[in-house]
Amino acid sequence: MGTVLDIKIKRANKVYYAGEVLSGVVVISSKDPVQHQGILLTMEGLVNLQLSAKSVGMFEAFCNSVKYTLRCDLRRSLLAKDLTKICEFIIHSTPQKGKSTPSPVDFTITPETLQNVKERASLPKFLIRGHLNSTNCVITQPLTGELVVEYSEAAIKNIELQLVRVETCGCAEGYARDATEIQNIQIADGDVCRSLSVPIYMIFPRLFTCPTLETTNFKVEFEVNIVVLLHDDHLITENFPLKLCRI
Amino acid sequence: NNQHSRQRNYKTEFESCRPEIVPLDFGDYHPLKPITVIESKTKKMGRKGSTSSTSSSSSSSMVDPLSSVLDGTDPLSMFAAIADPVTTTVNMDGSRKKRDRDDNSLVGTDFEPWSSKRGDILARYTTTEKLSIVSCKTTTSTSAMSEKVRTRLEELDDLEEGSQRELLNLTQQDYMNRIEELNQSLKDAWASDQKVKALKIVIQCSKLLSDTSVIQFYPSKFVLITDILDTFGKLVYERILSMCMDNRSILSDHFSPENVNDTAKETCLNWFFKIASIRELIPRFYVEAAILNCNKFLSKTGISECLPRLTCMIRGIGDPLVSVYARAYLCRVGMEVAPHLKESLNKNFFDFLLTFKQIHGDTVQNQLVVQGVEIPLYLTLYSPAIDWILQCIAYHAPEVLLTEMMERCKKLGNNALLLNSVMSAFRAEFIATRAMDFIGMIKECDESGFPKHLLFRSLGLNLALADPPESDRLQILNEAWKVITKLKNPQDYINCAEVWVEYTCRHFTKREVNTVLADVIKHMTPDRAFEDAYPQLHSIIKKVIAYFHDFSILFSVEKFLPFLDMFQKENVRVEVCKCIMEAFIKHQQEPTKDPVILNALLHVCKTMHDSVNALTLEDEKRMLAVLINGFIKMVSFGRDFEQQLSFYVETRSMFCNLEPVLVQLIHSVNKLTMETRRVMKGNHSRKTAAFVRACVAFCFITIPSLTGIFTRLNLYLHSGQVALANQCLSQADAFFRAAVSLVPEVPKMINIDGKMRPSESFLLEFLSNLFSTLLIVPDHPEQGVLFLVRGLLNVIQDYTWEDNSDDKIRIYTNVLHLLSAMNQETYLYHVDKVDSNDSLYGGDSKFLAENNKLCETVITQILEHLKALGKDETLKRQSVLALSFFNSILAHGDLRNNKLNQLSVNLWNLAQRHGCADTRTMVKTLEYIKKRSKQPEMSHLSELALRLPLQTRT
Repeated sequence: MGTVLDIKIKRANKVYYAGEVLSGVVVISSKDPVQHQGILLTMEGLVNLQLSAKSVGMFEAFCNSVKYTLRCDLRRSLLAKDLTKICEFIIHSTPQKGKSTPSPVDFTITPETLQNVKERASLPKFLIRGHLNSTNCVITQPLTGELVVEYSEAAIKNIELQLVRVETCGCAEGYARDATEIQNIQIADGDVCRSLSVPIYMIFPRLFTCPTLETTNFKVEFEVNIVVLLHDDHLITENFPLKLCRI
Repeated sequence: NNQHSRQRNYKTEFESCRPEIVPLDFGDYHPLKPITVIESKTKKMGRKGSTSSTSSSSSSSMVDPLSSVLDGTDPLSMFAAIADPVTTTVNMDGSRKKRDRDDNSLVGTDFEPWSSKRGDILARYTTTEKLSIVSCKTTTSTSAMSEKVRTRLEELDDLEEGSQRELLNLTQQDYMNRIEELNQSLKDAWASDQKVKALKIVIQCSKLLSDTSVIQFYPSKFVLITDILDTFGKLVYERILSMCMDNRSILSDHFSPENVNDTAKETCLNWFFKIASIRELIPRFYVEAAILNCNKFLSKTGISECLPRLTCMIRGIGDPLVSVYARAYLCRVGMEVAPHLKESLNKNFFDFLLTFKQIHGDTVQNQLVVQGVEIPLYLTLYSPAIDWILQCIAYHAPEVLLTEMMERCKKLGNNALLLNSVMSAFRAEFIATRAMDFIGMIKECDESGFPKHLLFRSLGLNLALADPPESDRLQILNEAWKVITKLKNPQDYINCAEVWVEYTCRHFTKREVNTVLADVIKHMTPDRAFEDAYPQLHSIIKKVIAYFHDFSILFSVEKFLPFLDMFQKENVRVEVCKCIMEAFIKHQQEPTKDPVILNALLHVCKTMHDSVNALTLEDEKRMLAVLINGFIKMVSFGRDFEQQLSFYVETRSMFCNLEPVLVQLIHSVNKLTMETRRVMKGNHSRKTAAFVRACVAFCFITIPSLTGIFTRLNLYLHSGQVALANQCLSQADAFFRAAVSLVPEVPKMINIDGKMRPSESFLLEFLSNLFSTLLIVPDHPEQGVLFLVRGLLNVIQDYTWEDNSDDKIRIYTNVLHLLSAMNQETYLYHVDKVDSNDSLYGGDSKFLAENNKLCETVITQILEHLKALGKDETLKRQSVLALSFFNSILAHGDLRNNKLNQLSVNLWNLAQRHGCADTRTMVKTLEYIKKRSKQPEMSHLSELALRLPLQTRT
């Protein structure tokens, strides 16, 4: 096997907060004695910028493109190759102080409440009620709520929760807004029982979400869409902006 | 030149040979006394090698090696403990109600496990329709290389999007094979550390559960796929558990989350995150449920929080059938992981009741029209799931809860489906005490809904296990049978009737059973409906037999034999007959002559016998013969011997194709002959003499029809002895002559239990036996002296013996013993009322001369043989034979005769000549001779002893 280099970070979940010390050990395992000319530890933080496909001259940066790595190099003489081991870790912003106040939202969806409808008359009748327990969400806690199909003329095919990240970059020429679906969770499959509440429950994906961020020229925001697909392929969407925070 | 037998006084010899009688002290150690191991076995085993063992020679110190190897868990019983799906389904009805009411929060053995249900479901819900399956395009393409290139999550997404293909037009078997392949590839992926691939496979499998096309196969599909999920759950749990064992301490079964290290927790958490991001509801539900147990690693309350959430999650499943099976799975996992969390079980059932109306909704109805499935059939698809949920709820549940559940079911319309599940899941006693209520409810059910015959069947199953109140019993039977008898479809009818027969047998008399059987015959005869119902009809017979041990009552049930006539397919009929005979042999205590039993059972046995043909296996024949023999042995007409014999004659003609039966008959007749002799105290009257001759004739003409050569030989000998004992001299003579003339036919090799073995040892044994008998057989007046012995000697002479065996000489030696016994004034033994040669000839010198001549011939033969053994490779044999012959002469010959004396000296020397003799034996022999010489009239032996040199030891 030869010599093996490994980095072991103390925290199993590899999550650190600003100001904390990242500690651990470098393990070199070898059967024979190892000669080296120094062991180097490098830490890197990278943001991957790419040219926007939508607006010319814009750079786009995404949450998940922020990457922190720890790199360990074992320098060796000319004859032997240097050994390298890279280990990724995650930095969470410092938790906000205080408690987030829950902000429950009730909703009712009927043909009448919809916007962007061409022929309202051709829509089948339906009444969907429900609530989200809070739109102020702690990022480590699931989004919860309930949804009841009180009545629907057409059979229901599917109900989904769509988590969308909205990034806005502002600059002199105006601003660019980019919305990406980062998770889609089906909460109902098929023609669900009427008047029986279906739970709304979604865990925020760890790698694709961060606390809602608002600066003067850069914003990262999240929204959830409740998407109801009827059997005659009518698509009903209800949008809820969310505020994510870390406590 | 004469062989001189020494004169013997058998009486005094016998007494001197008798062992001294020693009083037995029962307190003493006895080798056959049961071994009681007092000390620890393992300790003893460890000391095996050491010599310092302190244990005394008492039996308590003995270690039984077998029991200590099997200490603790015996591998066989361990196998038996693991429920076999096939066999357990058979016992299902019995096992499911064995529930006692202890308040243990853990699931005990009284809870019928899922494993015993699955076989039944798989067998019941089948299809001939074509199935389709969605699977990964290439399961092997995810090589190690691509694994590195792509991140794992991307791969997970991949699966959810494009890379799938649909396999269409699979038969049920193809489909099951495909699922088994998936199961295997899951294990392979896991073993090769491809965890993501394993997860993908599981997701793919659980997706199949959202597909309700070919709906009648859905319950079976559920069984197959949840097997895979169980496997997955176990794999994940064990892996995380193994991560906890890092720090040298193994976690106990009831570990707490604080003892789980961070790495294990993180891995566990990762699984849950990954699963939480599965897009589709049904796979997300199933996979999370599969690893429910893993919550134990994260927090103490994990499972109790998860179960209600998953229960609620099922509400999102629109299809009522898919959703009820999801509930069944959750209850199954819940019972396994946290049986004390009963609330979720109840919640699942109540949620199901809330969605019950969906079953009759448009979405479902449309689907059924498209698939061409009838409502009653559709409703039965729910039963396994609801049964299971209710069984979980009912386990150790208080009566109040059961009553509440029942009331809730009652309130819903079209509740037959629920009613049925209540009956299958709740305690039999609970159902039985309310049997009349249930009958009322069943009657009110909608005709077009859940099949009524299934409801009655379920009720019947309960009543077979628990008894309803005494006062209701007859009314229950009447009410139930009123409905059952109206069932038009013979299959529905018989499935119901089969169950209710047990109730009838349990509580009522032969009259009611007869009525029921008559009704079954009436229903199953038109259009030969019985042809499709053999298993059920067979089961009815078994139940009736189980309750009627008295066969005279059983056969007086008028419809019993007509019922048997319905089994028209031969192999089924034979099976039924076997059952009846087995029961008869097991339960019949006293011999019988009841004509009803005899007629019926002869008919039954005849059926079994007539099924034998050229293709019947040996085992089967043996089995049938054992059963028929068992019957024959139980028939007795008491003192009516004539009747007994004519019964044997009749059975012989009936069962002529089964040799063991004929053998049994010969033995039975011989027994009958001896019984007659016993009754007459040995003095046959004219009538009994004629009777025993008839018996003897029976044997004589039966034996030749047998094929086994030794069977025939032994039976000839045996029957000859019986004939002799009954003073049928010429008949006995005929038997022995037949035996003698049969000996040349004995083949070199015979088949014993399917293996070819040399026959010589058997022949040797038989001949010795025959010679012993010939001692007392008087010579035939018209034939020469010792006619039979001579004849036998000729046969032995002409028989082709093995080249390298000395059996022929051994026989000759035995003949010498016989001849010397025949020379005595009074023979060693006699048969009562038969004059043997000793009294016939009274020591006539002519007879003795003949005898001596024979001896001489035999001795010549022996000596020739000894000479022929003079070659190098046979010297050992020569020595052994010479010594054995020497011993014979010593025992039987008169050594005062010079010639004989010289012969023995020669034999002694021959035995030692080539150094092949065992010195110790020689010394012992010599000592014996010296000892004998001290006895009266044996002094000549001391001279002999002087002439017998011992080879010096080299």
